Amino acid sequence: MRSNLATPIALLLFIALICWGTFDLRKSGAGRKDTVTLAGSTSVMPFSEKLAEYFMLSHPRLSVEVQGGGSSAGIQATINRTVDIGMSSRNLKDDEKVHKQILICYDGISIIVHPSNPVRDISLDQIQKVYSGRIRNWRELGWIDRNIDAVSREEGSGTRGAFEELVMGKAFIDDGIMVQDSNGSVKEVVATDPYAIGYISLGIVDQKVKALTIDGVIPSVRNIIQQKYGMVRPFLYLTATEPAGAVKVFIDFVLSRDGQNILRKEGLVPIRG
Amino acid sequence: MANRFFSREHLIKCLLVVAAFSSLLFLFIIFAFILGEGLPLFYKVGVIKIILGFTWAPTKGFFGIFPMIVSSYMVTLGALIFGAPLALGCATYLSEYASRRMKLFLKPALELLAGIPSVVYGFLGVVYIVPLIREYLGGPGFSILATSAVLGIMILPTIISISFDSLMSVPPTYREASIAMGATKWQTICNVVLPAARSGILASFILGMGRAVGETMAVIMVAGNALRIPMSLLDPLRTLTSNIALELAYAAGDHRSALFSTGVVLLIIIMILNFVANFWVKRKVTG
Repeated sequence: MRSNLATPIALLLFIALICWGTFDLRKSGAGRKDTVTLAGSTSVMPFSEKLAEYFMLSHPRLSVEVQGGGSSAGIQATINRTVDIGMSSRNLKDDEKVHKQILICYDGISIIVHPSNPVRDISLDQIQKVYSGRIRNWRELGWIDRNIDAVSREEGSGTRGAFEELVMGKAFIDDGIMVQDSNGSVKEVVATDPYAIGYISLGIVDQKVKALTIDGVIPSVRNIIQQKYGMVRPFLYLTATEPAGAVKVFIDFVLSRDGQNILRKEGLVPIRG
Repeated sequence: MANRFFSREHLIKCLLVVAAFSSLLFLFIIFAFILGEGLPLFYKVGVIKIILGFTWAPTKGFFGIFPMIVSSYMVTLGALIFGAPLALGCATYLSEYASRRMKLFLKPALELLAGIPSVVYGFLGVVYIVPLIREYLGGPGFSILATSAVLGIMILPTIISISFDSLMSVPPTYREASIAMGATKWQTICNVVLPAARSGILASFILGMGRAVGETMAVIMVAGNALRIPMSLLDPLRTLTSNIALELAYAAGDHRSALFSTGVVLLIIIMILNFVANFWVKRKVTG
């Protein structure tokens, strides 16, 4: 009889303990004021981390925490006020309302292939046909008779969103196209597969892959500033309220000459020349 | 004194009961959570449109996961084709032929195989198996073949350990009787030992399938994650698990619910597999 009563009581106590634990965690997380938290686009994340690094050198009393999650998650987190600054690498949709959008820089999207691939140039129309499944063979792009291993990003990714907007128009990305879940993995696949093609942020293109010229235009910071290169998207910081305190100090730093110079060195396009 | 002893015993029993029920509680929480997040979309969009739909474009209102269900089954079957014969051979050798010293060496080695994190299997798959397939067989390399091979290796420890146990539980008298009748060792294994352990071996295959269906990280790395139903062994594919892991980070709204719906389908598949495995094991006990 005694054990019959004791079991549920013990169970209840256990549940109460769990609930209390989670509640307590939440409370202690919100209490710290001198930390600026950022979350969102994985494309913006590495650059925000770089900015945070420099920022914390000159502002030792403030700390900046950068997390990923993707553009959509970043926008959502801004609306829910779970982060101070949301990061987005695409323009916001009509139903996504935040208080303030701060343009921090532009980023080009480049089309990459394996370094051994002799193809140098591709037209916007050809890219669209490759990703909508109407061009499947390298012969049609002036190379050997071999299937194109095209790589895309997953649904919801900011890079994919910008790519669809800039290149695909109304066409859908074909179901047969491979999908990787980060700029890095796309680059890795293209760097190891001689027949692959992919699209990644211009800022992270390096020696392991070759960026194609698009309609004869080299993807470079200069060509983006001169508005010759069209595949460009904005990098945005989002806030739910008017920036104040540490948040304002950080945003001012990002928009300052120093901050913009850091972004330029990382291969992005600053908002003022 | 006797009373104090009783109460301490009682306290320990209570603590153990809490421990036992807490795992049940976690199971319940997981169930409630997945169903709560995933079921609304089934109502909203319709079960048929989700389970039999061919198009997955959740940000544009298409939530079909049929190609992923088919792909999940394909790689699971592929893993079984790769892994089962190897695993059964290994289990048979271990229980029927191996000496004590051999067993002492092989058993820990197999446990080590089970302990290797799946991301390492995936990494080896990307670095060795995928380029090999691309080079010699064609296609992008990210394919059913690569995924099946990696999963086939991953399910070895599960199948080996369970079928080994069921082979060992065949009474030695069976073997002795068979040998006494003039059968050779191989005839004994084929006609007496394996049939006697049949239900346990089948259960081990089913549990191996459960492991293969549920594997995520390694699959994302070698499957290529294309959305179409693969038409050849060299085509890329996307499974239910990798769909969830790939897109969860970016998903919001209906897209997020759709991933939980994928989870519901996965849960049902795993439950069916476990149920079938349990059924077979039970039949062994009574039969």
